[in-house]
Amino acid sequence: MTSDHAVDIDKHVRVYITVFVALMVLTIVTVTVSRFHLPVPVAVTVALIIATIKGSLVACYFMHLISEKKLIYAVLGLTAVFFLALLALPVVTVHDGYWIH
Amino acid sequence: MDIPYTVEIRRDTGLINGKIGIWLFLASEVMLFGALFASYILIRTGAPSWPRGATMLNVPLATFNTIVLISSSVTMVMAWASLKRRRFGTFRIYMGATILLGGVFLVVKYFEYSAHFHEGAFPSTNNFLAVYFTLTGLHMLHVIGGMVVNAYFWGPGSKLWKTNPEWFTNRVEHSGLFWHFVDLVWIFLFPTLYLL
Repeated sequence: MTSDHAVDIDKHVRVYITVFVALMVLTIVTVTVSRFHLPVPVAVTVALIIATIKGSLVACYFMHLISEKKLIYAVLGLTAVFFLALLALPVVTVHDGYWIH
Repeated sequence: MDIPYTVEIRRDTGLINGKIGIWLFLASEVMLFGALFASYILIRTGAPSWPRGATMLNVPLATFNTIVLISSSVTMVMAWASLKRRRFGTFRIYMGATILLGGVFLVVKYFEYSAHFHEGAFPSTNNFLAVYFTLTGLHMLHVIGGMVVNAYFWGPGSKLWKTNPEWFTNRVEHSGLFWHFVDLVWIFLFPTLYLL
């Protein structure tokens, strides 16, 4: 192992520790916010924003997506399109405020 | 015949085959959990009333489990970093800790489930519990699967380190990607089921 490579891994390890601390803080924030008993739409929005930030930190740094190859991004981009379409399905089943049976 | 592109990078993809394989698998996993999340949205928005998770579930235990799973992600990535630093002994410590933390997560989940069953709360009781048991049950199966693979790399699978350390390091990275995905799913399950 070259000394440059060792320094590189040391930098990675420092980032992992920082991300770990950030994830812990955000977990505490999530639980604390839930104790305010906000209206459901606001609570859902806040919880999902925090969860998305936490998920992004895990994906970018622990899963190394921040410096991945184009092919992986292409696979994930396609997955994201189908995932969003899947989540949108409940919305398109509603017409004029009524469920389509 | 040797398996091709386990260490050397394919010129056309710029990647080793294992990494493409695990990411394609994770893409299918996103769709699996996505389908369940979409079902959850459909059931919840269609229900005349829906309980807040905190009124039926144990938030302190789930918070503890969130911390456990996030910690296991850190030990997992540190296990991989240890191999990159050529420190096999440290790898085994971090990988052992990852497996142990996975075990702690399952034990806590066992106590949660036991308490629900003791109170007569089953998947058939209501839609909320049906969604809760389906999503957390499937997630638990993923934790068990990840632990089995990690235990293999901690134990018998680690023989590869002696003959082909680069390949072994790549294998650990791929099992780590799955483990982080399991953590990522829990990051979304925790607020949506327990807190909202």
